[in-house]
Amino acid sequence: MIHLAAYLEASAARVPDRVAVVGPDGEALTYRELHARAARVAGFLRARGVAPGDRVALLLPKSVASVTVIFGALLARAVYVPIDWSGPPERNGTILTDSGAAVVFGHPKPLAALSPADAARPATTVVVGGEAEGAQLAWAEALAHAPLDEGAAGRSLDEVAYLLFTSGSTGVPKGVTLTHENASSFVEWCTDTFHPTEHDRFSSHAPFQFDLSVLDIYLPIKHGAALYLVSEELGQNPKKLGRFIHDQRLTVWYSAPSILGLLAELGGLEALGKNELRLVLFAGEVFPVKRLRRLTELWPHPAYFNLYGPTETNVCTFAPVPLPVPEERTEPYPIGPACAHCDALVLDNDGIEVEAGAEGLLYIAGPSVFRAYWGRPDLTEPRFISRHEKRWYNTGDVVRLDPELGYVYLGRRDRMVKRRGYRIELDEIERGLHTAEKVREVAVIAAADADAGVKIAAFVAMRAGERGSVIEMKQLAARALPASMSPDVFVFVEALPRTPTDKVDYQALVRAFAART
Amino acid sequence: MSELRGFVRNFILEECLAGEAPENLLDDTPLKSSGILDSMTTLKLVNAIEKEVGFEIEAHEVTDENFTSVDTIVGFIEERAAK
Repeated sequence: MIHLAAYLEASAARVPDRVAVVGPDGEALTYRELHARAARVAGFLRARGVAPGDRVALLLPKSVASVTVIFGALLARAVYVPIDWSGPPERNGTILTDSGAAVVFGHPKPLAALSPADAARPATTVVVGGEAEGAQLAWAEALAHAPLDEGAAGRSLDEVAYLLFTSGSTGVPKGVTLTHENASSFVEWCTDTFHPTEHDRFSSHAPFQFDLSVLDIYLPIKHGAALYLVSEELGQNPKKLGRFIHDQRLTVWYSAPSILGLLAELGGLEALGKNELRLVLFAGEVFPVKRLRRLTELWPHPAYFNLYGPTETNVCTFAPVPLPVPEERTEPYPIGPACAHCDALVLDNDGIEVEAGAEGLLYIAGPSVFRAYWGRPDLTEPRFISRHEKRWYNTGDVVRLDPELGYVYLGRRDRMVKRRGYRIELDEIERGLHTAEKVREVAVIAAADADAGVKIAAFVAMRAGERGSVIEMKQLAARALPASMSPDVFVFVEALPRTPTDKVDYQALVRAFAART
Repeated sequence: MSELRGFVRNFILEECLAGEAPENLLDDTPLKSSGILDSMTTLKLVNAIEKEVGFEIEAHEVTDENFTSVDTIVGFIEERAAK
């Protein structure tokens, strides 16, 4: 295992003239250039008072600059905090404040949308992709700074490398705190499993605030390969994306299944002919088999892998998809056995290890398991148990142990769902919708959907005299929540059904929703 | 092209606004900033329109400007059809 900054240093020494990163605008940096720029940003950070362990936030679209900021932060032994630059300003402000970021590198648009109080919290604000105003500093200033020259002195694998904020059931996003050991133990496993070389061309489709970005960024950088950043706009457009994968001759693709399903359906792949993909990796949710079959028919050459793991552990089980996908198969593929760097345990409701064929909650131990939720020991502790002298993380996922296939994903017992690769706490949606005066009460459920994978439905009871409007609710959701959390369906009710103990009867809502469709 | 307007309205009402009273969807109701059309439903709408009108819409034409409201969508498609 290794400090993440050392991956870049080693490749800059070994293959200085190879292309390291290509931005959505075509701007490319070699390993020598990326390292030199990142060292300047690190020097700038130190000069601005950033000490090891301090947080550096990114409120940026994907670009060569955002990758430079990440490595600048790592070289300065700081902790980077990627934030959804297109997300709701209030949520972004909360993350900025919770993380206690000393510096934020931001695009002018999301920076301007922050409340003045949130915007003023980081001591230093650097504008990337626009003009600096007032006390803000220009990106060029960071790039012009003398490079940091501290070498590897003081580095430790126990240092925190980054915080990834995910949806929280209390309505407030929680920061998953990950160390260099957490990240690099996973990256090393990827090396042993996927055998990348400096000739590979990797996609980076997921936003940096997703754990998929850890493979996307560090695996190519470790191996001196090229990293192709896919912009948000390109990433959502299957026609353009199919052509991009073909024309840029990408060799490794990694994303949530939803965009791969769209590529198969609407990407016009038939007309493009054979591409150079050798690996297609997917994670984040169940891949509907119909779409996976279609994709593997259109792209028969690469090897396909189903990767599984929450942000707290990154990938912890995996399974190759045997091709061809049989015509009659409808059952999703298993998530497979534990990765070599992880230990897995399945426990029933009484905490007893289940036998093969039985189901239970999946627990994970090993060097990739996160340390804590940032500033929230009260949330962290209940997620762990001790057993066999190890610390096990409760994934909350229910699996069946299959002696031949490994683990088969069955679902969850709590209120967290995955949709289009996004992890969503239904309670956070409820809290967001409840902010509206007109809403008396609201309950949100998720239901399996053959086409979309999962659909999210909100049952809303309005205050007396108010009439419910789906358009108004959509507008409310757009203001209060990230787009990924906006419910698919709104159902207006007089009152929410209650259990005998006066709790919201979610089971009744699930039945009511199933009866509608 | 009133048929096209009806087609676009129906699609949005069925796919994005199930349960909404049709009269609440106005020709100038913002579709993008309101989250009514997200990236996924926009793709589906484009695909459905292509089948309806019989020509392809280029990826670079699927902009927030062209898809702001029912009015702008219909205006954009009519202009394209006239070319």
